[in-house]
Amino acid sequence: MLATSRTFEANARTGLANPILQQALSLMQSGFPQRRRLAVERLPEFEALREIAESIKDHTLEHLDFYLELFEENVIASGGQVHWARTPDETRAVVLQVCRSVGAKIVTKGKSMIAEEVGLNDYLEQNGITPVETDLGEYIIQLRHEPPSHLIAPAIHLMKEQVADTFRAEHRSLDPARSLAEARQLCDEARAVLRPQFLAADVGITGANFLVAETGSSIIVTNEGNGDLTQTLPRVHIVMTSLEKLVPTLEDAATLLRLLARSATGQEFSAYTTISTGPRRAGDLDGPEQYHVVLLDNGRSALLGGEFQDMLRCIRCSACMNHCPVYAAVGGHAYGWVYSGPMGAVLTPSLIGISKAGHLPNASTFCGRCESVCPVKIPLPKMMRHWREREFTEKLNPPVYRAGLFLWAWVAKRPALYHALVELASRVLGWIGRGRGRFRTLPLANGWTAVRDMPTPEGRSFHSLWAERRKDGAGR
Amino acid sequence: MSETREQILAGIRRSLKRGRLDAARETELREHVAAHRRNLVPARAAALADPRRVDLFVGMAEEVQATVARVISPAAVPEEVARYLAAENLPADLVRAPDPSLDDILWDARPLLRIRRGRAEAGDTASLTPCFAAIAETGTLMLISGAETPTTLNFLPDTHIVLVYADQVVATYEDGWDRLRTNGRMPRAVNFITGPSRTGDIEQRIELGAHGPRRLHIVLVDDRQKASDGEGK
Amino acid sequence: MLEQAGCTVEVPRTQTCCGQPAYNSGDRADTKAIAKQVLDAFEGYDHVVVPSGSCAGMIRVHYPELFADDPAVLPRAERFGARVWELVSFLVDICGMHAVTTRWDHRVTYHDACSGLRELGVKDQPRLLLASVGGLTLKEMSGAEICCGFGGTFCVKYPDISDKMVSDKAAEIVGTGAEAVLAGDLGCLLNIAGKLQRHGRPVEARHVAEVLAGTTEDASPIGVPR
Repeated sequence: MLATSRTFEANARTGLANPILQQALSLMQSGFPQRRRLAVERLPEFEALREIAESIKDHTLEHLDFYLELFEENVIASGGQVHWARTPDETRAVVLQVCRSVGAKIVTKGKSMIAEEVGLNDYLEQNGITPVETDLGEYIIQLRHEPPSHLIAPAIHLMKEQVADTFRAEHRSLDPARSLAEARQLCDEARAVLRPQFLAADVGITGANFLVAETGSSIIVTNEGNGDLTQTLPRVHIVMTSLEKLVPTLEDAATLLRLLARSATGQEFSAYTTISTGPRRAGDLDGPEQYHVVLLDNGRSALLGGEFQDMLRCIRCSACMNHCPVYAAVGGHAYGWVYSGPMGAVLTPSLIGISKAGHLPNASTFCGRCESVCPVKIPLPKMMRHWREREFTEKLNPPVYRAGLFLWAWVAKRPALYHALVELASRVLGWIGRGRGRFRTLPLANGWTAVRDMPTPEGRSFHSLWAERRKDGAGR
Repeated sequence: MSETREQILAGIRRSLKRGRLDAARETELREHVAAHRRNLVPARAAALADPRRVDLFVGMAEEVQATVARVISPAAVPEEVARYLAAENLPADLVRAPDPSLDDILWDARPLLRIRRGRAEAGDTASLTPCFAAIAETGTLMLISGAETPTTLNFLPDTHIVLVYADQVVATYEDGWDRLRTNGRMPRAVNFITGPSRTGDIEQRIELGAHGPRRLHIVLVDDRQKASDGEGK
Repeated sequence: MLEQAGCTVEVPRTQTCCGQPAYNSGDRADTKAIAKQVLDAFEGYDHVVVPSGSCAGMIRVHYPELFADDPAVLPRAERFGARVWELVSFLVDICGMHAVTTRWDHRVTYHDACSGLRELGVKDQPRLLLASVGGLTLKEMSGAEICCGFGGTFCVKYPDISDKMVSDKAAEIVGTGAEAVLAGDLGCLLNIAGKLQRHGRPVEARHVAEVLAGTTEDASPIGVPR
């Protein structure tokens, strides 16, 4: 997927000015956090499980080579195939080759962020194969030619009127006079339109929330059932996944699954959690004849052993973006690529480069709400700060900013000068603003004063008042 | 392809600043996996014994819009299934799993029920399956694929009816895994099903029946031993 | 407040800043230099108290991270951090203060500054003390814990986003019907006060210590002339 992260500021402004997006984001902001909180309150062991989940993921990452080999061994033992891919190119090539080997014309897709990452849909279409998104949110944005704006709710930026407009425009064989005023009607229409596609598909592609080394299994977590229809009906099931989705055992998967739905939507468990192991067995009446797992690296192995390793614990729950005030202000498209919100701010620079994605880790107040809700305790603000450190070392910041910082630090290392300047500024600004108590405009501070007043200093610095008070000798 | 595999594994080891793990460490890790120890298991269900565990299962399942009908014995199942379909104004057509536990049910007691054995096809309106276990912790059904339990029955029809015996209700997913491991090899699919299909993708409003079944009806039999007296099949 | 609690207070003259602006800009070298200045300036005190959650958090939580690779300084930073407190947390958790004897007949709302809340666990302490202020009623915002959009350089680097965040915060404050908004961090307060005033909202913004100490007569609210 082509990244527009460079133009984050313009993207953000577009998002801020979009009343429909703002309405949709309000719904999100009042929905997900409240539901998560209720689910967490209901499970006394939740905090303890977060710690355990963190250590399960850390252990797996420390031994990722071993667990990948064990996983592969067990996939093959159950009749499946494993393909390894370093890059998006290699991934697309493998998927195309498998599709071609069965003469695939139609491919249904469960939601896969890896497929987005490597731009699979466009590639399949260029090669004469029709990909059909089946997750309702993904289907809607596929019709609209938009990228996803959220990890688990790709169409969260839309209100139902826009979905209705899209369905009317795209489902042309249906009665134009039909009512699409309610979400119920939209869901029913999507169900009816997509059912024949499920049945006609030659290949079904899903992602994987987890991979289990013990059994060579992939796990998908959905609510709609589209992932299951995608992977059960066609002759071939392809799982597209990145390396770090592994967990050692089924018990480890159970621990993480207890955190996933609660962190994502506040559900106790998703409607459908499916553990798939290999193709259909002898005697089975349904199920795919082939089961392929495509393991994509695309920069994950480079994150191991370094200051960003913790990011590989991510289980793609979306709690971070659901609780992020920046995401809630600008929406997911502002981030310009597949992954948005705090996890996108950390992951995107590592996958497409800090020079392209520099805005993302900078557009944060480090409020820490993301870290406080992350089920695997990723220190997201710390990771964003590491990106800022890289930018500073590589001199990627704007020169004006670097000069300002240099000057400020120079003064801050000289207490006498610092205090003299603070006292001077307090007196001068205090005198100028003494009538109104605040400035409506201030030179060099337009970023602030464009939208808020700047309160005037009282006229003296604390240090000078304190020194005076000591001299007077009087306490209170 | 295997070259790519080696490059990726080498890249991982390079990042972790080590070579391939030695044989002793690999053995340790294999044993760690083979031991598949449970992590912390919430007390909610684990601390309950029958019948409260069954009650928890029913309560949690109903919370997610599954409907539950409790019957005393397997003999009551055909009547409940027929009643349910009629009450929901659904055709008296059913496709059911060709599973021995369902074969043992006396379907002749409800001759107007048209039942087909096999996998689901487009056009099927309702299905009936057994389950492998029922997880009380979250009201979750555990179904496994097999020659006698085709997966399409769980997803294609609009209405999915699941026969659960009280002795199949376990506390946690871990209990389910333990039962599955005594079964032998992993099946192709293990479906954990918690309520009917749903989506919140439009304005965060939950709608049931996105792509999977919009109705999930659980028939819970209290005592599987209370069979009728072997009156033919 | 500190003297009321029985402490002897000194304000070292050689302090300037905790270094957070440099730290959050990725300039570790300058941050370390400024941090060492802090360690030197505050050497020898039983406790170091900061009327700001973000500065206290920087010193207590982040100095150890800053010096993680510097074995010469790390132990000193860790020992030092253990003696550093945000003001209200110090009064309640260390001095054992549970009530004040002041009076302020106002309806107020309280903004939880992010660092104080999430890095230092400052949540209940200000509310405990405010509950004892005569005539004061506290009306909570449902979004009390949501960031106000200050974020240091964030508010000038991404002013549009910051504006949205502070607008939402200001709207919530006004929505509570409060006459005053209190907080423990001046960055937040400058930001919130500036926004309220730009839109002509007559809500006072003060540091919570002013209300707890009963010194609201001695100084006007933030941004209001004497």
